[in-house]
This record gives sequence, structure tokens and C-alpha cells, in this order.
Amino acid sequence: MFRVIPVFSQDPEKGYGYSEETKPMLNTSHGFVPWGDSHHPDISQTEGTVDGRWVFINENNTPRIARISLKTFETEEIIEIPNSAGNHSSSFVTENSEYVVAGTRFSVPFPQRDMPIADMKGNFSGALSFLKIDPEHGHMNIEFQIKMPGFSYDLSHPGRGKSHGWFFFSTYNTEEANTLMEVNASQNDKDFIAAINWKKIEEYVKNGGGKMVPAKYAHNTWDDDTHTATSVMKKEVLVVEPKDVPGAIYFLPTAKSPHGCDVDPTGEYIIGNGKLAAAMTVHSFTKMLKAIEDKAFDGDAYGIPIIKFDAVNYGTLNQPGLGPLHTEFDTRGNGYTTFFISSEVVKWNIKDLKVIDRHPVYYSVGHLMIPGGNSRTPDDKYMVAMNKITKDRYLPTGPEVCQSAQLFDISGEKMELLLDFPTIGEPHYAAGISADVIKKNNPTKIYKLVDNKHPYGVKSEAETRVVRKGKEVHIYMSMIRSHFSPDNIEGVKVGDKVFFHVTNLEQDYDVPHGISMIGANTSELLIMPGRTTTFTWEPKEVGVWPFYCTDFCSALHQEMQGYVRVSPKGSNLPISFTLDGDIPGEEEE
Amino acid sequence: MKLKYILSAFVFVAFFSCKNDSEKKTNSNSTETKTVKNTHKGQASVELGEGEEPNVLQVAMTYKDKDGNKPFSTLVVAVQAAGVEDALVNTGPLTVFAPVNGAFDKLPEGTVETLLKPENKAKLGFILTNHVAPANYPIKQLKKEAKKGRKLYMASGKYLIVENKDGKMFVGGTEVLMSVKVSNGWIHVIGDVLVPEE
Repeated sequence: MFRVIPVFSQDPEKGYGYSEETKPMLNTSHGFVPWGDSHHPDISQTEGTVDGRWVFINENNTPRIARISLKTFETEEIIEIPNSAGNHSSSFVTENSEYVVAGTRFSVPFPQRDMPIADMKGNFSGALSFLKIDPEHGHMNIEFQIKMPGFSYDLSHPGRGKSHGWFFFSTYNTEEANTLMEVNASQNDKDFIAAINWKKIEEYVKNGGGKMVPAKYAHNTWDDDTHTATSVMKKEVLVVEPKDVPGAIYFLPTAKSPHGCDVDPTGEYIIGNGKLAAAMTVHSFTKMLKAIEDKAFDGDAYGIPIIKFDAVNYGTLNQPGLGPLHTEFDTRGNGYTTFFISSEVVKWNIKDLKVIDRHPVYYSVGHLMIPGGNSRTPDDKYMVAMNKITKDRYLPTGPEVCQSAQLFDISGEKMELLLDFPTIGEPHYAAGISADVIKKNNPTKIYKLVDNKHPYGVKSEAETRVVRKGKEVHIYMSMIRSHFSPDNIEGVKVGDKVFFHVTNLEQDYDVPHGISMIGANTSELLIMPGRTTTFTWEPKEVGVWPFYCTDFCSALHQEMQGYVRVSPKGSNLPISFTLDGDIPGEEEE
Repeated sequence: MKLKYILSAFVFVAFFSCKNDSEKKTNSNSTETKTVKNTHKGQASVELGEGEEPNVLQVAMTYKDKDGNKPFSTLVVAVQAAGVEDALVNTGPLTVFAPVNGAFDKLPEGTVETLLKPENKAKLGFILTNHVAPANYPIKQLKKEAKKGRKLYMASGKYLIVENKDGKMFVGGTEVLMSVKVSNGWIHVIGDVLVPEE
């Protein structure tokens, strides 16, 4: 574990979602949401190869997509997805990072309205959102939302190589059931993979297609110059109706309630892992194009043509295991599929539809990951399996035990287990990339003080001060090995709101400082060299209260502390602040 | 799902090193059995990264005066002989009073040669640590120390007196000739070796 990056959840260790600067990152149309349920990280790509610039990740509960910088290893942007619920078939990236997609798992009235739940069928929709990525800075914008029938859109992957320009989404609950789904959503023998020609829709939109409709969704961005996040509430989104773009969307019948929807590195094979099916469905992109040309359709669903199963299907892998969930690929023509029920990873040849090897995992594996798995060029030496259940494997730790991950060498004919380790739950999905690419991208080591544009930042100890503005007290504070400036503050009163604006003056690699204050109803701050961060404190009792450095910064870390004197409400004591008995910046030369 | 917790919102990104893999291949192809020495390297072996400021030791080793000479070459030799390199590179903060080469020449004849002998390693280390304060003392702070009559506590366990003589700073009786800010503290250049009393 090299680094934990908070994205959708508050992280008291780093102060993320607690500091005044980062709170806007967690703003949504529903107000401040302190947590998230993230699922699928995916790394940006250039020409079908992971480039290590950004990681995108989805949040399921309050539909959002985030972008993380692999230079600073911090969350730089979060955008909410309107008209969606259960943002699950997300956040996969096209092969030149043109788009990151967000698909709806729980169809809902679109737009939301007061209506009987039992009237769901035909009245709910599932939005598939295409977020354009600005190639230079990575900023996201919802370019268009496709208003699809009210199925559940479970997982997705982009076409690549020959199928670049298409996107594939697995669906379940094509029954459109609204209750006891475990039974009622499993009635149809086949559900669909939705094939979307996004290039065609992009063209349609560029020519003025689609309709701007009212919506409310937050777009939160981080600014590395001011060290501050901004949240903007957006008011409309461009919606595309499938019927208005004929020839852009098709349904491919796929074995019962598919979960994973995976595309091999050549872009030819689209694999639906029917989690309840006895067989795995392998579709052919070439056959799909031919079937569209021949109009080999088997009716339609809400006006979207359903391609005849035999006209699109390359073949099926029969009885490979129980409960297939996800498939990733090597560059040698093989797929690796996880089986939740039979707790195993199965290696199979796509062309021959033959099983080559199987390896048990402990237990009940969900996703697996091969570095660059969602690309034309998987780095296919290793594979990681992420397991949901460990039961008897490790120390019993109360009613819930840890989850686990297992690392395999897949360079040979047989998969070889290299490492097996417990991990925090749930290890849902992972994205992998060669460490060399990250190192070459030259991750940030410090934030330059000269570039610090935080309105409450200081460039030196001489600038540190305390300013009263009515009931607000602003402390412009600095930290350097191993003291705060100022470190003695008086004149604060009960009922004040005290802002600690703290700048880490260090310009040395790996020297963060922390700060926390007794009685502050927030977390500590962990402040990187050159950065300014703010927390608030509303003292409720008179006294002399200490603050201190919360990160083991240096040999004199224990000495890095200070005091604030709090006087009664009506006190006339003026604000004063010192370091070693002098006002900072006014020491005698 | 019971497995979803707040922590699931943290990203799990894995990085794989290609280097390990190539090493592994080399080993498996080689018929010779290689004994890998477990050579412990201290923090002094961490190389200066791109865009990073050098630390006390890195400055002492590379600093050149206007004539192109390395004024701290004797000090560096002594530091290496005493095996105290790691103490000069850590996060500190450190304030080091660095004697120039000429300072060692002022010692009685043969002193340096004797101290560099392996059997005198501990004694040499004691003398060198008398030049290191585990604290952050820029000149401004040294002036303050002098004004308030505070002594400097050195890593040797001894104390040094700080004096301000008409704006010139003296430590342990010798003048601070020049000061250099380094990544883990300050180097103050001096013209004498601060030999501690036993």
C-alpha cells in the first residue's frame, strides 16, 4: 500500500472533505454527501495504451465520476450525473480518452416525478452519459445523455481498434420488474448487450442534435494554484432520444442477466458474462456490422433493433464454471474469467472457445485485473484476483473478516499463484499500470511557495499574523521544522469563529506537517510542502488551549506546538500573537 | 451489499515494476548461483531527485568556492571515516557548523591523521557531532539566542556559547563566515574545529 487517495469520502487523515478548501469537492445536488460507494477505476489512454495521466472512478450511490491526477495523487474533479441512479456501468475510458462513460443501474423516472412505482414498465429510463475529456487538463463535461429504455445497465467497455467508436453496455432486468428483483429480473432467458455507436451520436450532437433539458448537478473542480476546490451547480444537460439517431444503437441478445461486458484487445470479441447462465456469450464485432447491414433483426425493444442471436454470436463457452462475472485478457488470445459461485479463475482461448487452465481462489472472486486490461495492449505478466469472502483463511475478527487479493503470474501456460494477502473491504476493482510509466510522469514532490495563490497563504514567517474581523479571527499561520508561527495567540474570545489558515513553508520532498486543535469539531489537517489549508475552531470555553503538529515531521516534532488563550465573551483583551516573545517579522536584527 | 464501506471509496490502484521481472528472468536463465549480499545502505545513499534541494551532506560534498576548490573535503573525509553520514541527511532540522579545510590545518600536527585511524572512530564521531545542533538556527535565530543568552545544545551532548560581536556571530569562540540554507536545515561555515572538552 503506497497511498490511499480519498475521492468521494471524507478522510480525516488528510483532512479531505473536512478542510474549508476540500469541502466543495463533496458537494452534490443533494447537498454535502460525506461518503461514496466507488467501484471501477480506469486509467486514461493514448492510442489504446494506458498513459498514466489520470484515473477515473465512479460513485454508485450519488451518481458521480471523479478524476484523480497521477502527478499529485489527489482528486482533481468530481462531476455528478443527473437523471441517473446507481452509477454502476462506469467509469470506462475510450482508447484515446475521448470519453469516460457513466451508465445507470437503477432506472428511474426521467426526469424525476411523483408516480406509482408499479407503473415503472415503459415509464422509467436509464441514462447512458458520455463525458468528454479535455485532452490537456482532463476536465470533464457531460457531452450528451442517451435516454435508454428502463433496464439496468450493469457494466460496459469501449470498442477498440476496429471497434473504436462503439461502446458496449450489459443489461439485466429487461423485464423492467420493480420488486423482488432477484426473482422477477431473472425471468427472461436472454437480456441484452447494448451496442452504442458513440461516434455517430457525437456527429448528431455536433450538428445540433439532442435537446437541452433542465437538470441539477454539481461540478466540482480543484485548483492547484489557489489550493482550493470550487463547486458549480449546473442547470441543464443535452439529452438524445435513441429514435432520433437511427443506426446508432442496437441490442445484442446475451445469456441471462449478464454482468461483465468485456472487449478483447483486438476489439473483435465482446464477451457477456451471464452471471446466472451456464454458458458465456462471445459476440463478434465483424458479424455485428454484417448483421446490421443485412438487417438481421429479431424485432425491437422500444424502437431499438434487436440483432438475431445467431447473426451476432461468435460462439459460447459451455459449462466453464459457475457464476461468471468478469473477463480480462492477455495479448496471446486468451481470456481470464472470474467465477463467483465456483470460486475460481478460468483461462480460456477465445478463438477456440476452449478452457486452458483453471485456478481456485479463496473465496468467491469478483473482479480480476490485468494491468492495461481495458486497452489494446494489456501488460500481461500478472493478474490480480479480488475476493469477497475469506471465511477460514485469516484471523477471525468478529462477525466480519477481511477480504483478500491474490497475485498470479500469467506469463506461462498455467496460472501461478505468487502472493495472497488480506486487504480492506471491499477490493472491488483495480486498475494497473507499469510503475515506470508513473515514474516517467514525474509525480509532484512539492508545491512551490512562489506559485501559492491561496488568498490566506503566507510566503514567510514575517507575513504570519492574526486579524480580527468582527466575530471572525483569521490566523495566517506558518509551519516549518519544528515550530508554528505564531505559536502564542491571545485575544480570542468565546463565541468567536477562528480560522486557522496554515501554510507549510517547507520546500523539501516528503516533509508534510499536520495540525489539530483541541475542541475543533473537524479533522486534523495534513499539509504538503508549499500548500495552504484551513480549518475552523469555535472555542466554547475560556482557558489556554494547545494545538500541535499531528504528523511526525522531524526530530523536534514533539516540540512543535503552541497555545491559544481564550477569554470570556465580553473581554477587552486585544488580539496579540508572538513567536519566541516577538511579533513575527518584527524581530530585532 | 454488506461489503460496501466508506473505505470502498478509496481507489485501489496497483503498480507493477518491470525491473523485478527482468531481474527474475536473468536469474532463472543463469546457471551460476549468485550470492546476493545483504548490504545495508543508510539514508545517505538516497540520491538527489530532480528539482530537489540538496541536504547538508550533499552540499558539503559538492560545494565549490570561487577558485573551484572544495572547501569541505577534509570534513567530508572525516564524516565518512567516522561513519556519521546518515546523521547529516535526515529530515532534521539540523544546524551544522562546518569547518573549512584550513580549520583542520590549525590543529596540532598529526591530529587529523590520528583521528582518521579506525581505532579512533568513536572519538572522531564525538568531535564531529559537536558541530551539529538538532535544531533550526538561521542567523536571525542565532542572534536571538545570543541576545537571550541561550546556549546551543549540540549532538555531542555539549553546549556552545553564541555571541554577537558588533553584528558578527561567534559560535564556540569562532566566527560564522558564511551561511547556506539546505533542505534539512542550515550550514554555517567556520574557520576552526570545535574540539569539545572531554
